[in-house]
Amino acid sequence: MNASAMHGLLQRLCDAMGVTGNEGAVREILREAVAEHCDELRTDALGNLICFKAANGEAAEDAWPRKVMVAAHMDEIGLMVTYINEDGTLRFLPAGGIDPRILVAKRVVIGGNAVAGVIGARPIHLTKPEDRQRALGVDDLVIDIGAKDKAAAAALVKPGDYAGFATTFQVLDEGGVQAAKGKAFDDRAGCAALAQLVQGSYPFDLYAVFTAQEEVGLRGATVAANAVMPDVAFALEGTICDDLPKDEDVSPVTELGKGPAITLMDQSFIADRRLVDHLVRTAEARGIPYQFKRAVAGGTDSGAMHLAGEGVPSVTVAAPARYIHGPVGMISLADYTSMVALMRAALETLQGGWTR
Amino acid sequence: MKELIKRLVEAYGPSGREGEVRALIEAELAGIVDEMRVDAMGNLIAHKRGSGGGRRIMVAAHMDEIGLIITHVDEKGYLRFARVGGVLPGTPLGSRVRFGNGVIGVIGHEDGMGAKADGDWDKVFVDVGATSKEDCPVQVGDVAGFVQPMVDLGSRLAAKSMDDRVGCAVIIAAARAISATPNELFLVFTTQEEVGTRGAVVSAYGIEPEVGIAVDVTPTGDFPESRTMSVSLGKGAAIKVLDSGMISHPGVKNWMVATAEAGGIAYQLEVLDRGTTDARAIQTSRAGVPAGCLSVPTRYVHSQSEMVDMGDLEACVELLAALMENVPQI
Repeated sequence: MNASAMHGLLQRLCDAMGVTGNEGAVREILREAVAEHCDELRTDALGNLICFKAANGEAAEDAWPRKVMVAAHMDEIGLMVTYINEDGTLRFLPAGGIDPRILVAKRVVIGGNAVAGVIGARPIHLTKPEDRQRALGVDDLVIDIGAKDKAAAAALVKPGDYAGFATTFQVLDEGGVQAAKGKAFDDRAGCAALAQLVQGSYPFDLYAVFTAQEEVGLRGATVAANAVMPDVAFALEGTICDDLPKDEDVSPVTELGKGPAITLMDQSFIADRRLVDHLVRTAEARGIPYQFKRAVAGGTDSGAMHLAGEGVPSVTVAAPARYIHGPVGMISLADYTSMVALMRAALETLQGGWTR
Repeated sequence: MKELIKRLVEAYGPSGREGEVRALIEAELAGIVDEMRVDAMGNLIAHKRGSGGGRRIMVAAHMDEIGLIITHVDEKGYLRFARVGGVLPGTPLGSRVRFGNGVIGVIGHEDGMGAKADGDWDKVFVDVGATSKEDCPVQVGDVAGFVQPMVDLGSRLAAKSMDDRVGCAVIIAAARAISATPNELFLVFTTQEEVGTRGAVVSAYGIEPEVGIAVDVTPTGDFPESRTMSVSLGKGAAIKVLDSGMISHPGVKNWMVATAEAGGIAYQLEVLDRGTTDARAIQTSRAGVPAGCLSVPTRYVHSQSEMVDMGDLEACVELLAALMENVPQI
């Protein structure tokens, strides 16, 4: 896949709607992207897309690992319509971890009919200074689709419909760190990277799993890992990046343009140190930039995978993404490319590259 | 027993870094059990074969302790960290910590040594005596545990990491005390309990026990103005009825009570409204496992001076040995 084709896949994935529990559109894009490169493709009961690629030859007797699972989640955070008000506006709840302060004055797209809506806010003319001191919560907000009343709204949307942010992918800077803006880099960056990795050839059985419902508790990965029962697992992610200038000498979680971030520990798991070391050695040997994620925050599919069966050594590698869990984020396509290169090299040298 | 506990509690073993503790326990168990293995998450699984007619029993105590993981080294060589497990806001400034490579650091605070213990960890740092980032012997991702020698107060002991090395010691001592057993005993020294009973999740899956018993510490309600809780130091082994993560299987709890009464072993019933143990993970493994927990009453849990009573420990060892020697009556 050349650079523009790669960006094309990432762009299509980011622009697609796939709020947690409703990953179908994203899954179809991925199915199409990986179908010709794998040996088996199936969708399980929770909507995980499980893509199997057999080992590229007869492995040595003592070769290990024999079965590797790499996961990236298809779902993104968003909203779900819960009720249509008499005036035609829509009440909603967050689906996944959303700071309600970021919702005001955003554009959303609702349901299978892609109905456009806005989350309005009273204009400055109508608010008092003290009103503007308080952040509006979910209960204070509605989605407005311009319908004149409940019946008109009900003809377009229904309770249970998902709403995602209306944000389009755009490359902002062809040079530099190749910054791109868009929504859902968490985790379409991981999905696009995994789709690229499937094109490679490995000495072990690869299970590339595009998971569902990560944002509400690693649910897809939990069942997929039980089905696959891998020897080793990797999660590919878009992760927290807070590298804006700080007064003090305290660490950003990750920095844009400094390479993919390797997780040491987050709320969901402690990375297998041997896998971390293998990634670091690989990056240093190949001259691929990398950084550590410097916060014990968030959770990833590794949290589910490492607890499958009798336990699975796991690690997470992520593209830093500014403003994640918001309507628009920013990544470095250079980081993204390095993530793919690092993972490709780490997988190719995994057998013998570390010990059990 | 005191000597064993001293070696175990003074060892380094924050969650995910249990190797040093595991090596100590492996050495203690050599010759006592029939086989030992270490699984993918670092759990030490020791199997003592039964003579037949018994059940598959998993007895678990966790090796890991709470600690810190370094998230940033600043230009002057000071270290910022995140907590590994439930390190309490009241953890004293000036405490010492040790890293896996042996480096010792002390805990300082931006507001000085009189700073309020308000849980604002962003203001707390570790100082290893470095003068710059370049000469700092610690890097991002390194993990530290607390340093505190055990003190022998006669009938009582105080140390860091009684939670749950004292549980490990109870299992080792009970395994030594029994000669033969009808049961297939799986003595499991688990990893990563303090971050969510993770080692027990996978070891229970692998073992598929018919009965599960965790041996862990439980807080007490016996110090001045303490929260009401009817577990006290010196009143015997605590048999858990429930905690906030698990309701003990009534059959297991009753079997533990009946065994204690038959053996004239001092015991007390434990109802804990916060916290849980590896028994929760065992109980919900696969299709479910009858599980209970034998608790060592412990004051000041998650401090660096967790205090236990020798009489309670003897009762715990005696009760666990009796449970292991007999076919569970559930």
